[in-house]
Amino acid sequence: MSAVASAAVRPPVKKPGKPWFSHPMVRAMISIAVFIGVWEVAARLNWPWIGQAPAPTKVLDAWIPLLSDQGYWYSWYQSSRRVLSGFLAAMIIGIPFGLAMATSRVFNDVTFPVFEILRPVPPLAWVPAAIIFWPTQELSIGFVIFLGAIYTIMLNVIGGARSIDIRFFQAARSMGSSNWDIFRRIILPAVLPSIIVGMEVGIGITWNVVVAAEMISGGGGAIQSSAGGGLGFFIWNSYIGGSYPLIVVGMISIGIAGYISSAIIRRLGIYVTPWLRLR
Amino acid sequence: MNIRQEFATKGAIRIEHVDKVYHAREGEVQAVADCSLEIRPGEICMIVGPSGCGKTTLLNAIAGFHDITGGAIYLDGELLCGPDRPKAEPGPDRVVVFQNGALFPWKTNLENVAFGPVVQGKMGRKEAEDKARGMMADAGLVGVEHNYPGEVSSGMRRRVEIVRALMNDPKVLLLDEPFRALDSLTKSVMHEALLEIYYKNKVTIFFITHDLEEAIFLGHRVAIMTTRPCRPKKILEVDIPHPRNYSVLTSPRFRELMEETVSAVHEEAVKAFEAGEKEM
Amino acid sequence: MANARLSSAGEIGAWTMFTYRFSKWLKSPTPYLMLVGFGIFFGAWFLLSEVFKFWRFASLPGPREVLLEWFNPNPTYGMSLYTPDYYIHIWSSMRRVLFAFLIATGLGVPFGLFLGWSKNFRDFTFPVFETLRPIPVLAWVPLAIVMFKGDETPVIFLTTLASFYATALNTMLGVQSIDESYPRAAACLGASRWQIFRHIIVPGALPFIFTGLQISVGVAWFSLVAAEMVSGEYGLGYLILASYVNVQYVVIIIGMISVGVVGYASSALVRLAGDYLMQWRVRELALGGR
Repeated sequence: MSAVASAAVRPPVKKPGKPWFSHPMVRAMISIAVFIGVWEVAARLNWPWIGQAPAPTKVLDAWIPLLSDQGYWYSWYQSSRRVLSGFLAAMIIGIPFGLAMATSRVFNDVTFPVFEILRPVPPLAWVPAAIIFWPTQELSIGFVIFLGAIYTIMLNVIGGARSIDIRFFQAARSMGSSNWDIFRRIILPAVLPSIIVGMEVGIGITWNVVVAAEMISGGGGAIQSSAGGGLGFFIWNSYIGGSYPLIVVGMISIGIAGYISSAIIRRLGIYVTPWLRLR
Repeated sequence: MNIRQEFATKGAIRIEHVDKVYHAREGEVQAVADCSLEIRPGEICMIVGPSGCGKTTLLNAIAGFHDITGGAIYLDGELLCGPDRPKAEPGPDRVVVFQNGALFPWKTNLENVAFGPVVQGKMGRKEAEDKARGMMADAGLVGVEHNYPGEVSSGMRRRVEIVRALMNDPKVLLLDEPFRALDSLTKSVMHEALLEIYYKNKVTIFFITHDLEEAIFLGHRVAIMTTRPCRPKKILEVDIPHPRNYSVLTSPRFRELMEETVSAVHEEAVKAFEAGEKEM
Repeated sequence: MANARLSSAGEIGAWTMFTYRFSKWLKSPTPYLMLVGFGIFFGAWFLLSEVFKFWRFASLPGPREVLLEWFNPNPTYGMSLYTPDYYIHIWSSMRRVLFAFLIATGLGVPFGLFLGWSKNFRDFTFPVFETLRPIPVLAWVPLAIVMFKGDETPVIFLTTLASFYATALNTMLGVQSIDESYPRAAACLGASRWQIFRHIIVPGALPFIFTGLQISVGVAWFSLVAAEMVSGEYGLGYLILASYVNVQYVVIIIGMISVGVVGYASSALVRLAGDYLMQWRVRELALGGR
């Protein structure tokens, strides 16, 4: 059949057009708007539970003056600083430890069980013991954060190192690589994606621990102390002081800070492992 | 035996001027362009072509997993997909056997095989399992009914999957490079097993492969496809009589058929290699 | 030999699989190195805090002190394996975790399944879910106290929230990780959308669901202890904090160990339940030499 004739015979298949409300972004905005709307209505009508929370309009009213308050931004700084330092400490110790556990069977068998029995103890249960042990409050908070993050990071490093295809090692050896070369060029790059995943999970835990530690040691619970500050302390303080809309302001602020830190890690991940992007 | 006498009366596929355009990240990709092919009822039709040329797209269109952007496909005269209906409905009249196997790992082999009729409501559980046992025994699968697919060899898994498909009395069996992951020794045994199953259940077989020898050994006709965009380049009638067995591989007629077609296949393979095609 | 028995696998039960793996373990150097590790850990702790009283370790109770107190029928600080109060605290915490876990699983698994299965559902609910997710669960504590008056409800709410997120996310990932050939094969075989959901999606997502449940139990304990420390009256979190305030340091350690043991036991239970429900997976792994 000639090309001209066949072109006439085959009518194109029509794809039906899509309505505007099927676009995911539009749907996302609709659902969030509905959520805020229901919340507002519930607060005004004094419904139980969700209605007991301060209304979105009140939250906004309380937040706007804060944006020019230096103390508010200083809280941001304090919490972020704690998160960063605790997290870095966890990585500096956790990554080498994890690599050692993955590469040496003996090291793994000696250290892993101890690690496993300590793991079920939640990081916050360590707070009083940490306060007893460490000379300053900051060090004890830092220690607890370190504990919180280190498990995820170590586990992910071990998982990543174990899953390296043995043939990469064989190929490298057959091309004459030394042990150091193999470590630098095969193990490290292969483990990087898992480290990034461990960081993404770990940062969530870290924020939880920072917020709780700030609440507990900054005046929450029964521990009184003048050191503290930070967004967790801000939330607790607002609660004690009865300014409920500020509680929500604090929560949202932490949410934003947490989101920014996760986004930074994800960006870092893409930068450090460009070969994964093409999947 | 004259090849035409074995043909059944159902399972005729007519592919008419089918186009398929994908929207990939790099832009638009024309997977299939103006492809026309007729498959006779009850025949084994082999589709041969280099990787990534679009043969799986054709199979997916017939099976109803993707839509098409031009042309039409008919099964026994009824429209499967076409201008007003871009995508066919998947159904038990055209069952697929997948490249990497799709036996449900959480069901035993017997439950897998009995799945079709039970889920369609055509048979009760017990009835379906009895029939399944019988069909599995016919295919040489005895003693593995209560194993999970993960516990048996890949050759056995393929046979179970084929029996699972045939339990539904389909018009067409769509095979997407089913033996690709098997070593060539197992493969040759599987070829004979497939033919045996075929002789007992006359269904139309639409078999995609990149292995020319496999194609000529099994098929009544072999369609050699071009690289992307896919369309039939050459259609070969394999007039070696059925029933066949492995001795056919060394027969002179087999060698002649290979000679006729190997250059066409090789030409397309070189083109695909130079274009650096990825699997679609 | 053992391998020959395994290949007639239809008759192997779960118990046999377990004993086989255990006996293999005992024959390796692993258990003995494990003892070395424990020895180093407990030895160092003991020496630093009770014998040498090195630096800050002096104020920490050592393992011998803790064990003496824990097993003491008449404990100095009122908390040991023999006092009923101890079990009241354990039970308070366990009860809360159990309740929260059940609610979170009952809500989270179906929610996650639908999130993975239906694009419509996902488009409308995932944005709100994702927007609330960056807020750390513990930041909800004061708001929870304000919203749900009373002592128990805020604590349970927080624990449920944390578990719910973990469960729903992992379930959704489970559904999305199912190879697309499986639902396609089922469609070819004549299954309706609902049947595909029931026979393919739910069993196919089960491994991820159980990983999610294990994570969810861990997260539940994490949140529960924190919530109890801030606003509880009974429970292990409360106990740990109260003993700090009352300068009963040994009880802090007892509390920590108890939380660890109970938390570990609950995780293990979930894992065992998963292994039992997914026999097909256990066998596959065993045949792969694990």
